[in-house]
Amino acid sequence: MTLFAIALTLYAMIEAGLTRNNEMPPSLFLYGGLFGGLAILAHFFIRFFAPWSDPLLLPLATLLNGLGIAMLWRLGEATGDTSRASAMDQLILTAASMVVFAGIIYFLKEPRTLQRYPYIMAVGAVFLLLLPLTPLGSEINGARQWVNFGFTSLQPSEFAKIALVVFLSGYMVTKRDVLALASRQIKIGPVKVLDLPRMRDTAPMAVMWGFCIIVLVILMNDLGTSLMLFGTFLAMIYVATQRGSWIVIGLTAFFGACAAIYPFVPHFRVRMVTWLDAFRPDVFCTDEALANPESFCVTSGNSQQLVQGLFALAEGGMTGTGLGGGQPGYVPEVQNDFIFTAFGEELGLAGIMVMLMALALLVERGMRIALASKELFIKMFASGISFLIAFQTFVVIGGVTRVIPMTGATIPFVAKGGSALLSSWIMVALLMRMSNNARKPAPQAIQDEGATQVIQR
Amino acid sequence: MNKPIRRLSIFALALFGVLLLNVSYIQAFAAEDLREHPFNRRQFAESLNTHRGSIRVGSQEVAYSEPVGGDSDQYQRVYENGQLYAPVVGAFRAGSATGIEAAENSFLDGSHESLAVNNFRDMLTGEEPKGADVTLTINADAQQAAMEGLEALGKNGAAVALDPATGAVLASYSNPSYDPNSVASVTETDQAAENWTDLEAAEQQPLLNRGLNQRYPPGSTFKIVTAAAALENGASPDSTIDAPETLDLGAPLPNAWGGPCNNGAPDSLAHSIEISCNTSMANWAIQLGGQAMQEQAEAFGFNQGDMEIPLPVTESLSPLETDPNILGRSGIGQANIEATPLQMAMVAAGVANDGDVMKPYLVESVRNSNLEEVDSAQPEVYSTAISPGTAADLTEMMIGVTAGDEASGPTAQIPGIDVAGKTGTAETASGPTHNWFISFAPADDPQVAVAVVVEHGGGSGGTLAAPIAREIMEAVINE
Repeated sequence: MTLFAIALTLYAMIEAGLTRNNEMPPSLFLYGGLFGGLAILAHFFIRFFAPWSDPLLLPLATLLNGLGIAMLWRLGEATGDTSRASAMDQLILTAASMVVFAGIIYFLKEPRTLQRYPYIMAVGAVFLLLLPLTPLGSEINGARQWVNFGFTSLQPSEFAKIALVVFLSGYMVTKRDVLALASRQIKIGPVKVLDLPRMRDTAPMAVMWGFCIIVLVILMNDLGTSLMLFGTFLAMIYVATQRGSWIVIGLTAFFGACAAIYPFVPHFRVRMVTWLDAFRPDVFCTDEALANPESFCVTSGNSQQLVQGLFALAEGGMTGTGLGGGQPGYVPEVQNDFIFTAFGEELGLAGIMVMLMALALLVERGMRIALASKELFIKMFASGISFLIAFQTFVVIGGVTRVIPMTGATIPFVAKGGSALLSSWIMVALLMRMSNNARKPAPQAIQDEGATQVIQR
Repeated sequence: MNKPIRRLSIFALALFGVLLLNVSYIQAFAAEDLREHPFNRRQFAESLNTHRGSIRVGSQEVAYSEPVGGDSDQYQRVYENGQLYAPVVGAFRAGSATGIEAAENSFLDGSHESLAVNNFRDMLTGEEPKGADVTLTINADAQQAAMEGLEALGKNGAAVALDPATGAVLASYSNPSYDPNSVASVTETDQAAENWTDLEAAEQQPLLNRGLNQRYPPGSTFKIVTAAAALENGASPDSTIDAPETLDLGAPLPNAWGGPCNNGAPDSLAHSIEISCNTSMANWAIQLGGQAMQEQAEAFGFNQGDMEIPLPVTESLSPLETDPNILGRSGIGQANIEATPLQMAMVAAGVANDGDVMKPYLVESVRNSNLEEVDSAQPEVYSTAISPGTAADLTEMMIGVTAGDEASGPTAQIPGIDVAGKTGTAETASGPTHNWFISFAPADDPQVAVAVVVEHGGGSGGTLAAPIAREIMEAVINE
């Protein structure tokens, strides 16, 4: 399976190279050797240190990561436009991520130990999320979510979300009875409508809500992370309590807050208008461009990226233009969250379905791990991480394809960027470690062996 | 807590389901609309990378593509005699196209379905795909004569020449014209776009094809239609009607020279046409009635909606008049009558072709890159406007216009050949008169029918427009 994933990656590179430059990519052996070697190493590492883990997770991660590298290579090296993306960077980041991946598998034998430090995790998560607000932080494309370390810049929110899942798992495992049972019923006549939690139990919800809204949206303009964190929070509180009322309250509060801050946060307003009226001329073009009928507005206007992305998808149609055959350069920032449209253009609906299926499979295997585990903390943790992957995919691709407003985050594994890649591999490492522990056969009791011997003739 | 986890995983799957459905919708169902969305410039960028076919006039390539060279995959469109052919050929630019470049785009860029086999063969043999060549019906000499004549006057105007027997457009020039090379550069796109913007904003409207898309009051050239209606409704060239010095049509309608047409006596139809009498022709229109007048105009092509030849042609108008005052004026091509130069050329061509108006067309043939003909013009009758007898009578009357004793358009005479013509000097709401001449020649064996209009020439049709028409006719006949 892993080999298949590697082969697919290399095939993608070859095709892109042939289509673009009419030659085999000269760096093919380098990439093939490095990426293939890494993936195979990871495979054997798993065989050795986590032999019972879900066998599908690594190939899926490899496939998605490999497709990402191939596409970045096609966007960058094949066109000679290295400002857009460098697949070499991505490859090195992949290697680093895989090392971290191996480290987690090796050192974190029992993920439940994480349960001991929920508040440290909480503080850590908040610290990471707020880090960009310090002088270290930098703003890119209107969202303040990067931390510049000089040699590289990281997006701490990528790691904060994992820490947050750890915290929520630990916290909710201890508090779930209170959150689930203490309630006031609201009835209309004899019909029970909702179980409302007690006021004081809504505190964590209120904190989370306040944090997401105020800090992320207002201070940092990071809608994507805000939406993702809050969604994951709701999912986890639902898993812990089984109560729909939490979701109702959470959604009401979240959307209520969105409506309330709508007039005051220009960034947010722009996103909404861009989403709803993407094809309105004044949204698509800037005013100066509109005044000049000859300008094609190829780079200006708020909805430019969204609409060009849709055009790219349309251009791809069912089967796509073939890797290297499209014109993904039309979509601004195509190497980031809009890399999805490049896949849509060149691989078509068929290719996109494969990608979505791979992601969905990853999520569902994760959920299966949650089901198979016995410990509550691990159940919470695994389902939380799986849902995080699913929701992140939904938020990004949904934004790109105009299902929901664009928020600007990255598809797990695929898009350019170190933090996102690293956090994706961390999530897979955690899932694999948990699945290994969940599926590991229970150690056989010595008495049974003895009993067997007695019956033996 | 497995139950909520199951529900959550179903919800997660549902999220993926939504994405899948939406992507399927975009890529399968909405794709066509998105590809053709006006904001979508992908097609145009791609079109710069295709080797377009040539546009030919006779054996000359007047528009062709050549590789930009260097690292670029693009092709540069080159226009020979750009200004001469621009009103027909148009311009192919990064972003859009006009003229034949736009109307025949699917042939030129090779996307037309009839080229599919050829494209497939090229793909198999590894040949570079190339669009089909389009050969126009334009006669280079006639086109040249039209340009020179109109340019020499220095006025806005247009000339259209037709082959009356087939409908082939032999010349179509609109003054002023422009050089398509100045707006077609793919290497200096900013300059090209700026030039185009200047052309669009220019007061003289060089991008307007006046021959096909501008309506003018046809003035006295419309008297041919009035006379045709009279002949079709039982009159003969010798039939007479009152032709006083002025006619009281609300405001007085005088003759061009300020006197009666036949020394105060009723004037014959033939003589009225020869000297271009206003009062008698207005009387004919009133006598025939609005219905008959409109029917005759429509038989020549008025009020028939827009036409494609394949360039778009604006509809010419002849509304049904009930007020005798307005009807009288419309009988001499004023009031609400509006005609394109092509429409008036069709009137002349209909008379020349024994009453049958042929459908005008600009494309003679289309050949694929292997020089096989994939499309060729099939002349077809557009309408039967008048009977052959009426056509013969009108031809006689129109010869009188150029050769009669009191000819109003003698400047159209070609030595040794009978020329049938009609002058027109149309009053305009603003500025000096428009000057018209429509004609065909040789009268006994018509090879070419022409309409020339000079915008606000301020002279008479006989002095300004007729010499240009003569040059065009001579160019065709002497070939």
